Amino acid sequence: MKTFKFSILTILAITSLLFTACSSDDDAPAPVNEEEVITTVTVSLTNGGNTITLVSRDLDGDGPNDPVFTISGNLAASTTYLGSVVLLNETETPAENITTEVTEEDLEHQLFYTVGGNLDLTTSNFNLDSAGNILGTTFQLTTGAASTGSFTVTLRHEPTKPNTGLADAGGETDVSATFTNVTIQ
Amino acid sequence: MRTYIFMFLLCSGMIAQNNECNYTLSGKIIDLHDNSVLPGATLIIAGFEKVATSDLEGNYSFSNLCKGTFTIQISHPNCETQAFKVRISDNVKRNFKLEHHLEELNAITLSAEIYGNKTKTIFEQKITEKQLDRFSSSSLGDILNTMSGVSSLNTGNAVVKPIINGVHSSRVVVMNNGVRMEDQEWGAEHAPSIDVNTIGNITLIKGAGALKYSGDAVGGIIVTEAAKIPVKDTIYGKTHVTAATNGRGGNLTSTLTKSYANGWYGSIQGSMKRFGDYEAPDYVLSNTGIFERSISARIGINHYDHGLEAYYSYFKNEIGILRASHIGGASDQVRAINSGTPLIIRDFTYDIDAPKQDVTHHLFKIRGFKNFKNIGKVTLQYDFQRNERLEFDVRRSSDDDDRASLDLALNSQTIRLDLDTDNTELFNLNTGIMGQYQKNVANPNTGVRRLIPDYERFNLGIYGVADFSITDNFLVEVGGRFDYFYIDAQKFYRSSFWEDRNYDVLFPEIVVEEFGNQLLTNPKLDYSNVSATLGTRYTFNDNYTLFTNYSVASRAPNPSELFSEGLHHSASRIELGDLSFNSEIAHKVSITLQKQGTTFGFSVNPYISFINDFMIIEPTEIQQTIRGNFQVWEYRQTNATLMGLDIDASVTFTKNLNFSHQFSLVKGYDETLDLPLIDMPPVNTTNSLVYQNSELKNLRIELQSEYTFRQNEFPDNNFEAFIPETNTLELVDVSTPPDAYHLLHLRTNADFNLGKNSMLHVGVAVTNLFDTNYRNYLNRLRYYADDLGRNFSINLKITY
Repeated sequence: MKTFKFSILTILAITSLLFTACSSDDDAPAPVNEEEVITTVTVSLTNGGNTITLVSRDLDGDGPNDPVFTISGNLAASTTYLGSVVLLNETETPAENITTEVTEEDLEHQLFYTVGGNLDLTTSNFNLDSAGNILGTTFQLTTGAASTGSFTVTLRHEPTKPNTGLADAGGETDVSATFTNVTIQ
Repeated sequence: MRTYIFMFLLCSGMIAQNNECNYTLSGKIIDLHDNSVLPGATLIIAGFEKVATSDLEGNYSFSNLCKGTFTIQISHPNCETQAFKVRISDNVKRNFKLEHHLEELNAITLSAEIYGNKTKTIFEQKITEKQLDRFSSSSLGDILNTMSGVSSLNTGNAVVKPIINGVHSSRVVVMNNGVRMEDQEWGAEHAPSIDVNTIGNITLIKGAGALKYSGDAVGGIIVTEAAKIPVKDTIYGKTHVTAATNGRGGNLTSTLTKSYANGWYGSIQGSMKRFGDYEAPDYVLSNTGIFERSISARIGINHYDHGLEAYYSYFKNEIGILRASHIGGASDQVRAINSGTPLIIRDFTYDIDAPKQDVTHHLFKIRGFKNFKNIGKVTLQYDFQRNERLEFDVRRSSDDDDRASLDLALNSQTIRLDLDTDNTELFNLNTGIMGQYQKNVANPNTGVRRLIPDYERFNLGIYGVADFSITDNFLVEVGGRFDYFYIDAQKFYRSSFWEDRNYDVLFPEIVVEEFGNQLLTNPKLDYSNVSATLGTRYTFNDNYTLFTNYSVASRAPNPSELFSEGLHHSASRIELGDLSFNSEIAHKVSITLQKQGTTFGFSVNPYISFINDFMIIEPTEIQQTIRGNFQVWEYRQTNATLMGLDIDASVTFTKNLNFSHQFSLVKGYDETLDLPLIDMPPVNTTNSLVYQNSELKNLRIELQSEYTFRQNEFPDNNFEAFIPETNTLELVDVSTPPDAYHLLHLRTNADFNLGKNSMLHVGVAVTNLFDTNYRNYLNRLRYYADDLGRNFSINLKITY
């Protein structure tokens, strides 16, 4: 009986110790910057000294604010532009350049450019990955007649390579930015 | 047994004195739970050398008793030993009720094989243990799924969460060996962290009536207990090996127990389970492997009037999540759903890559009890639990593959003091008080914003449940419980969300600091909850029992309901909680009619529950992000009604042939929107034909048919997504339930003696006999892949 009482007392003592020992740290937690998010997609289209930029920026990532799309100007008809894409995570300071990461793991990524509505343009001459398949961070864009429509930039992670386009590329979508009202004058 | 008698004779104080000594005391010993009779119970009149044993019909009798008040101690191998007071002034007929393990009287306890062959004294844990043996390589959820009224919410085939009468997660409480599991059960894809091989028996309580354990079990309580250890000098063990074709893996578990006649005992158990990719009938379900390890030990001393036990268990489970289910946005979802087969099918492998879960659970418990004369049994228990949950997503950079996207550690400590007064004649009282301190820490090094914030939670609970035997056949139970919760969280909000939700106006005082586009806040929330139960039990015609119960359960919002804010990758949706929630309150009325019989038995259990401020997550809008569109799922509170019917029945045709039937129906409605609730289990029925022959190596052959109807009542949450490659809007069908399906299973087993103390049990089973393709409405991955195909398994159990 004595041992029993002793054990009960021991339990009580240990318990009270544990309770007090564990509730004393009140340090404020550190903020976590979202590393996986891409906030900004910038497509630069250059023809000589003339550069048109298409920017989609969503600084709160998957937060409630929608991405903001800006198109710096209209494209000229029957013109060839050199295109390049820059992906940024602007929730970090300084902003992290995700394009570098995509280029480093080029076998795992591919960028796609799709046209909607009446927009009359084609993309070609994509840069290649180390296996000779399309990576697509740089490309050539050729405009046709005056028209208006949408232009979508898609980044797929772990796509099937080679492929004939988005339809059979598989993988997961990391970026899907649709610029509506792109105009060729 | 001798120890008991000796102890009792020493301790008893109730000594009667009178001259007339020719009275008799007789009656039956009855199992409290199902009113079956208990043969082989030992009755001792304290202070006198009088001992009686109940016969095969449960009858006992004492003669030549004197006038006075006596204390009778009754013990039975399967029951807790109890003492009763009896006043003798005439010949007395009195039935005594013993109970197996639980202190709840009205809460209906069911076992899958409650109507087992009458040659055994039915509803014994032995049967339950046997059942468990057949599921040695399954999860707890799979086992519970075999009971009527229970289904499961699955994520693939390894994450199986029990649903009781239509509700799950925080509404289902799991009591593991007397400890309430604190394993982040709020998450729909968080399975209970329990190795089924540590369990001796399982009891299911459908409803909140068991106030001793909790006041917030809106759905019900699952009680698992370790096997009982006899008080004698012995050493015994068992080793169980299972091998299965689907998943090309198996399970190995071993238990060794040593006990002494002086009450000391110790037991140690370990398990390991390893499976590779599981397979649907037509393809490999890539990245669905599982690797589970567990070890547990207990040591203690057990006497009639006091005891002490320490228990520790370690559980670690690594679970692969179907690779094809990890998708980025609505356009991927359209592709995945329309494809009909998983978009990623690889060769079979044992490797488990991202997406995956890695869960570790430590549980330590120390428990002591003492029986005090004239007061009752006092139990003091302390437990410590640590649950570590790592979730790995497919990351953009493969350098990050070994870095978890979610890294939570939840520490819980609970102390509880319970008093059970069993020895008063008219009324039993169970009462107690508990305190809990919980702390959650989210590791900031994940590079992904915390899904669940750092928080501390305190809980103080106090309860009392009393029951009155109005007559031997009629019993009334009444109980109440009060819980106080206090949550102190440190939560980062995105500034845009904070303003969008109007929190800047509602809760400006909780902002601590601003970090760029994030705000650190310190929400301090408290909840005071009242729960209650009122019920009756009436036995008539010997075989029939009618249970009626009304219960009120109150549940405080869980961290996910309060704090969720962001993209949930495994569900491909944005989930948003709400800081201003109050507790949900459920009123449930449940009636059960039970019939026991050697040839025909049944139980019919209709129920209805009205839940006020029911917390539900449902789609509200489409959120545009740079990754495309995501559906936004927001928690909100509504009034819900759930009603249903559970039926079990069994018929014994001949000595060897038995048929059993199970039927579960549940309907749930959102009363505010006048719509069906999402994820309600479809109607299902299970029918089995069992051949059993105890003369032929205990041969048992079971053919089981499982039919699940299509869920026809569901809310329409479909939405349209823009598909750039076709420049069209396409419907994303996330609502339409899959078709009905029928599965057949065949299970056989037999026992072989291996010498004096050793026995070999061999089981061979085929599940999904016809390799049927099917999808389960309650599987969160049903959009992407079929469910499991045919599986052959063999299991060997050696007891020694």
